[in-house]
Amino acid sequence: MTLELFLLLAAALFAVGLYGALSQQSVVMVMMGLEVMVAGVIVAAAAFWYFLAPDRPDGQVLVLVVVSAMTVEMAMGFAVVTLLFRASDADTTDAAAELRR
Amino acid sequence: MVPTVLFWLFAVVAVGSAVAVFRVDSMARATYALALSFVAVGASLLLLNLAYLGVVTILMMVMEMAVMAVFMIMFMMNPAGLMPMSMLHNQRAALVLSGGVFAALAAGALLVEWPERRGTVPDDPTRAAGDAVMGSKMLVMMGIGAVLFTTVVAALVLAAARSRYDRGPAGERP
Amino acid sequence: MTVTGAPAWAVAPAAAALLALAFAGAVVDGALGGGARARSGGRWTRPLVETARLLRQRGRRTVAADGLLWRVGVAGPLVVALLMVVVVPVGGTVVADLPVGVVWFNAMDVSLWAVAWLAGWGPNSVGPLVGGYRFVAQALGYELPLMFALTAPAVAAASLDLGDVVAAQRGLWFAVWMPVAFAVFLASVAAFSMWGPFRAPVGADLAGGVLAEASGADRLLLLAGRYALLAAGAAVGAALFLGGGAGPWLPGWAWSLLKTVALLVVLVAVRRRLPVVRPQRVVRLGWLVALPAVLLQLLVVALVVVWKG
Repeated sequence: MTLELFLLLAAALFAVGLYGALSQQSVVMVMMGLEVMVAGVIVAAAAFWYFLAPDRPDGQVLVLVVVSAMTVEMAMGFAVVTLLFRASDADTTDAAAELRR
Repeated sequence: MVPTVLFWLFAVVAVGSAVAVFRVDSMARATYALALSFVAVGASLLLLNLAYLGVVTILMMVMEMAVMAVFMIMFMMNPAGLMPMSMLHNQRAALVLSGGVFAALAAGALLVEWPERRGTVPDDPTRAAGDAVMGSKMLVMMGIGAVLFTTVVAALVLAAARSRYDRGPAGERP
Repeated sequence: MTVTGAPAWAVAPAAAALLALAFAGAVVDGALGGGARARSGGRWTRPLVETARLLRQRGRRTVAADGLLWRVGVAGPLVVALLMVVVVPVGGTVVADLPVGVVWFNAMDVSLWAVAWLAGWGPNSVGPLVGGYRFVAQALGYELPLMFALTAPAVAAASLDLGDVVAAQRGLWFAVWMPVAFAVFLASVAAFSMWGPFRAPVGADLAGGVLAEASGADRLLLLAGRYALLAAGAAVGAALFLGGGAGPWLPGWAWSLLKTVALLVVLVAVRRRLPVVRPQRVVRLGWLVALPAVLLQLLVVALVVVWKG
């Protein structure tokens, strides 16, 4: 167990999530991709805490912040998807292209 | 020795099931593959003496995925994967981009001269985190509290069909 | 009394004890239940007869079932119950001496959301599917009160370790001065076991709900899982609120067992005494009655802790 191994795990999770978020059409699947990316961030933050500065709690607090960010992402994501679906029957990112304007 | 083996086990499960999320047809399987990935991530935090954060990650994410499954089934055209179809766009660009990001991050992880470890792991990391949350980092947590409350209100406002006194389809209850 | 961890093989006797308790729960339920619907055998032997019958029964198959997820859902309750009891101190020993046992129990009961829904999703049949959704809807109602009910003993003991929570009850059980938290906890145990007034996910109006398509060994696993969850909930409740292994004359493990059995009998006995509550009403009760009540309870506990210094 070394810092490098944990960071590689974090990078792999982040990249897999990025691929999902970019390639999926369905909004809900895009959110799944974002979740995987955030999982990578959690691993990296915990590893930095343990291997670099375990005497201070900053790393742990960062993990807590990231987990809360994830819940916010989920709640707002679902709310927006529900609204989009009700407004225009759209459940894919391509169908919701008018949000770009 | 044992922690290393466990780390590799958790890492393979985490990345493998994260890949499976985007490869399986059934939305139920995709959601629970992600849940499994998060359980492995939480378990790898346990290896870093982060008992509380690891268990909380598992708790939050399994709950989130149980709710996620409901939405997935609700919004996807082919929830059980019985009629496989492609729901992808610009796949090649995504593959190249994420491959590049992985290469860059991995290079950074391996090439950067990481500083020396400062201090030692406290006896009870949970207590250290709790003291920080109720002490030096209290402002952060109060900010999070405000953000979460705003999220609750905003999500309800966005998702509610009409007004606050609606209890179902029209006509069910006046 | 301090709590020490046990060697790894201790998980085997723990599992055996859990299964024995689950079986005892089934026997008590058979003995208390009305005799009108008895298929065969006396009241006391009914679980044994039913087990033998299910083991010989031929499995039923459904069209386009999701076999993998169904298996996970079927085996899940029993596995989750075992994962719950390994952090419960019995007398002075505990199988897994986890410093965050309370959070662990919470994480395990949350994983029942997933497990129950999967048991409903797997067979590709309408009754189980509706049952699974009912479970998730109920869970949204009881989970938050349960979380705060678990927080109260942890705050009073200033620790998330179940062993410390037990040790902090020397003198006065938490059940005595946290009655609301205790009641909410027991109700939540019944709810996550799909039991008593919260049995809508396996309701008769859905032809058995989550249980509708399960047959043979699958059904046996699910039924045993429900009793095992009740037993695990009773064991955790005995440690959190009833002082664990503390008591006169008898050794610690005997007191732990006695309190667990007492709670289990109470939980089993309410089954036919109370009507089924509809899931939407469970959510209203949970959010409008149980949540404010348990928050007030938590406030009282916090004030007492501050006042006592």
